[in-house]
Amino acid sequence: MARDPSVLIFGLDVDDPKAIQGTTRGLLEKYGAERVFGTPLSEDAMTGVAIGLAFGGLRPIHVHIRMDFLMLAMNQLVNIAAKSRYMYGGQVQVPIVVRAMIGKSWGQGAQHSQGLYSFFMNIPGLKVVAPTTPYDAKGCLIHAIRDNDPVIYVEHRILHFQKGPVPEPLYAVAPGKARIAMTGSDVTLVGISYMQLECLRARHYLEAVGISAEVIDPIWLQPLDIDTIANSVRKTGRLCVVDNGWTSCGAGAEIVSAVIEQVQHERAVRVKRLGFAPVTCPPAPTLEDAYYPNGRTIAAAVRDLVTGKANHWLSDERADLREIEFKGPF
Amino acid sequence: MHERFYRSLYRIRRVEEEVARAYPTDKIKSPVHLSIGQEAASVGVCEALGPNDIAFGTYRSHALYLAKGGDLRKMIAELYGKATGCAKGKGGSMHLIDLGAGAMGASAVVGTTIPNAVGYAYAAKLRGSQQVVASFFGDGAVDEGVFHESMNFAALKGVPIIFICENNFYAIHTHQSRRQKLANIAEKARTYGMPAEVIENNDALRVYERVHEAVAQLRAGKPGPFFFECFAYRWKEHVGPGEDYQLGYRMRAEAEPWLDSDPVKTMAARVDKALRARIEAEVEAEIEEAFEFAETSPFPEVTELYTDVVEL
Repeated sequence: MARDPSVLIFGLDVDDPKAIQGTTRGLLEKYGAERVFGTPLSEDAMTGVAIGLAFGGLRPIHVHIRMDFLMLAMNQLVNIAAKSRYMYGGQVQVPIVVRAMIGKSWGQGAQHSQGLYSFFMNIPGLKVVAPTTPYDAKGCLIHAIRDNDPVIYVEHRILHFQKGPVPEPLYAVAPGKARIAMTGSDVTLVGISYMQLECLRARHYLEAVGISAEVIDPIWLQPLDIDTIANSVRKTGRLCVVDNGWTSCGAGAEIVSAVIEQVQHERAVRVKRLGFAPVTCPPAPTLEDAYYPNGRTIAAAVRDLVTGKANHWLSDERADLREIEFKGPF
Repeated sequence: MHERFYRSLYRIRRVEEEVARAYPTDKIKSPVHLSIGQEAASVGVCEALGPNDIAFGTYRSHALYLAKGGDLRKMIAELYGKATGCAKGKGGSMHLIDLGAGAMGASAVVGTTIPNAVGYAYAAKLRGSQQVVASFFGDGAVDEGVFHESMNFAALKGVPIIFICENNFYAIHTHQSRRQKLANIAEKARTYGMPAEVIENNDALRVYERVHEAVAQLRAGKPGPFFFECFAYRWKEHVGPGEDYQLGYRMRAEAEPWLDSDPVKTMAARVDKALRARIEAEVEAEIEEAFEFAETSPFPEVTELYTDVVEL
């Protein structure tokens, strides 16, 4: 915002004391109420306003504290933001960023837990990014702001608590390159958003039973860097994608099929998709635990995939891999 | 001034009559929503706006596009799906755009461009551009939630926008009285905190006078928005070139008073006869040339399917 006066940020609660998990703290004081403002509870119209601001030469960032609220804005995102550049023959572009927060439920239940990014991956004209590391969180947001087309920027609440190196200068993490987070030889393990962390945990559990997993973070979901994943699968022959959403018609389905299209004539591949249980998210802790994949359940499924049989194995929980990243009310 | 108004009204009417005439040839492969009978609001509003001002429309925007100064040749070519169209054959009748003229495009989904117009107006305010934005929509859009959200935000931020509700009483085939408990659209707008008035007589000059005053106030720094509900009547079917009284959802008797008070004829009566004949001849020649241009223009190359996409 300091670099480009055309950037502005708004959304429900952007300027309230909690400042969207602290991510917008201090911006109001620094850049003023015309560029930083909370909005009425009008997701549909405010998305349309963001598009209008973009038509008018500005670069708006529209923030949603829950991705679930984007259901109220689908018309603007799908029918205008995604299509304007094409349907007006290239005369206009829509440089908007839609920040959409997702999260593991932590008891928040059906409508505060959904990772709905696959909806947007289905639409030509939208870019979708779901960074995992603090480094990518900054770099992808900077790229999204500078991008001349609409970007859905998906951020997981738990990932806000992650620590990692973040360079001070401005830098951009552009679409086009997935990251091999850990190398391995027996199976390619792709984790989306927060599931990247669970995949890294799973890798440790798998080490104990002699399985070496290569863990890949796709970072950008649209466009997807399939080449990096397919090259890994050429080596391992096995692919497991762990989605931070439901598997049916999900990002995992897209990644698996795109990889198979590339490598099907070169070698046999075994695949597995993991994601949320195919039900509505329940808040009770026992049910919620069973709803989400975690390091141990991912490891168990991957072991079956690698060995080609049901092993009925679940590793003992390791204290060093337990997940306590946050507490309520969240 | 009357001559200018008449030229604009007559030109729009004749263009759409020619679209209706050409339509059965199936060369226009785009759903057309004709504005015949309700040209007055577009002409009145756009005459009150300057060339740098901006207008957002609906799928029924041939009149708005032309009144705002949109290129006629490019419009007809767009309807024909030709490469020379205003959106290179990628938009069609429902997505006309001419940035040079300040015609900012239109949506096929009712109510959708209202917040886009509000956003543009907010940008204009932040940039201090002195631009005024006009947002056109029909009475059907008032049924949509986004109308109310947009009214609220525009009033809250005092953006330089003029809302034009062209109330033709029908959303497709459903009368306003079957969609809204009260026929009080302007009153609804008023409750969001903006001046709102009804213009009943479908006269471009009356629309111009009222909107011109609102534009002057916005330019003088008075916070927007302003709201005008302009009554009009759609002579043709919702989509397509014909009439549809045989469907039985409306009676021809209802249309008669509107046919009698034809906005084009009303303006014609204010213009000297010889001058009128000259305007009409010029317009006819222009229209003939535009259709010829569309007919003879090439279709887009197939490679165009993959241009104007997001850079991946």
